[in-house]
Amino acid sequence: MEPRPRSFYALTAFFILFVVFLYGPTLTIGILSFQGPGGGLTFPMRGVSMYWFYDLFEQQAVGDIWGSFRRSIILGFMVMVTTIVVSVMGGLAFRKKFPGSTILFYLIITALVIPSILISLGVGLLFSQAGINVHWSTSGFGAQLTWTLPFGLLIMFAVFNRFDKSFEEAARDQGATSWQTIRYVVLPIIAPSLIGVALFGFTLSYDEFARTLLTSGSRNTLPLEIYGMTTNVTSPVLYALGTLTTIFSLVMIGIFLGVAVLMNRRRASKGSDAGKGLV
Amino acid sequence: MVSPLAIVLFFFLVLPIAMIAIVSFWQATEFSIIPAFQFENYEFLFGSPVTYTVFINTFKYAILTWIFTFLIGFTVAYYLAFHIRSLTWQVALFLLCTIPFWTSNIIRMISWIPFLGRNGIANSTLISWGVIDEPLEWLLFSDFSVVLAFVHIYTLFMVVPIFNTMMRIDKSLIEAARDGGANGAQILWNVILPLTKPGIMIGTIFVVTLVMGDFFTVRIMSGSQSANVGRLISNDIALLQYPSASATAIVLLLTVLITIGILLRFVDIRKEL
Repeated sequence: MEPRPRSFYALTAFFILFVVFLYGPTLTIGILSFQGPGGGLTFPMRGVSMYWFYDLFEQQAVGDIWGSFRRSIILGFMVMVTTIVVSVMGGLAFRKKFPGSTILFYLIITALVIPSILISLGVGLLFSQAGINVHWSTSGFGAQLTWTLPFGLLIMFAVFNRFDKSFEEAARDQGATSWQTIRYVVLPIIAPSLIGVALFGFTLSYDEFARTLLTSGSRNTLPLEIYGMTTNVTSPVLYALGTLTTIFSLVMIGIFLGVAVLMNRRRASKGSDAGKGLV
Repeated sequence: MVSPLAIVLFFFLVLPIAMIAIVSFWQATEFSIIPAFQFENYEFLFGSPVTYTVFINTFKYAILTWIFTFLIGFTVAYYLAFHIRSLTWQVALFLLCTIPFWTSNIIRMISWIPFLGRNGIANSTLISWGVIDEPLEWLLFSDFSVVLAFVHIYTLFMVVPIFNTMMRIDKSLIEAARDGGANGAQILWNVILPLTKPGIMIGTIFVVTLVMGDFFTVRIMSGSQSANVGRLISNDIALLQYPSASATAIVLLLTVLITIGILLRFVDIRKEL
């Protein structure tokens, strides 16, 4: 290997600073969540304890943390599954031009760049004027899809731009129906990127609050609960919640990565040896 | 194949925008909104000096945040793309950068307060090092803290697209430039930067729209001393002044779309994916 240029060390230092900057708040939360029972939201620490974590499991004066947590998870999975299915279908459709494809493409871009609070306001108004009650699983669900679908679709566009069409042609030449082609050829090939779409779908939904603000009705999702807590709660219980949700997120990522690794292994062991030069 | 997508976008994007546009012409009383067709909301909006201050503020935050996210994002992406040699390490360092994003945005923002406050970590560290004698007041609840929080949340949105385009630069172009006698700075300026433009544009679109649409960061980090358009809208919503909120929202939407329209002239997104 050629020796590293001097700029490498300068840039490494810069990168480390960047990572410290990124982690600063997360670490602050982590430390302060172990604040002693008499301590407040800021330094100094008044002792070290697990008090605020216990407090989190007690009945809270306001709100319903665990209920909102459960709703956020359910909603996250609903959004995730829908995002995968709709993005794959959209990605497949967008490979050819169809009437309205340009308009639809610009709508996707609009959904991506529109300020979230507009979706919240618009969907809220729409439901109230139509006389339908807003609920996290209907209006909230739809509002979040306008955020996750553009990401899912952009990933699918990127995937299909690099997709080798000759696989499909080969399947078709062998007499596969179009459904069989998709089921047995296209889907297995794009499966790894679907994990990316799933991860995006879940986490974008799980952490979204602007689009859910006016569309979730009386039952909050977790980010809304936290949003509410910032004005009501002035104890480190907020940080304890932050620490716990971070750990939860890490577990989720671990699961997604684990699935990815497993799928790769299965592929390696059960995949065909075609094209590897074995006769 | 495309109908579910079209249905979702129709019901949760097109109709809501249409609804906002309609309501922006309605009238509001203290408790309800009444269908009407009058321009009072817009007249009030454009007649008030607050509106202009708030829009200028919004652009100020967007531009400042853009400058810093671009400088930091480009440097980080450059480091990852050209100085890290194995894909495994690139992926690992990327994951390292994304982990903080799994903490709720809101909580991460609030945690700047113990860091930047009068008796926060930053001030006490600087005092103990003897850099300053008394706490810096402008660290928290100022434009500085607002932009800092924006940069903190959104830099990664700049890193990812720039890194993505950098990875697709043909390395032989750089070798050719070096053989032609270009030094490092010249290669960066004349080869890498122009070829990275599409990624920079996509990152810019993300950062600019996210900052322009924000209504929470500015409230928390400025300690309610400063406002942007998003806050104007959310304040109106809190007061149930939906028609007025809608008028502001329409103006904000047009502003964002025009900005994006200008940016999209520089890049063909579909080609770049």
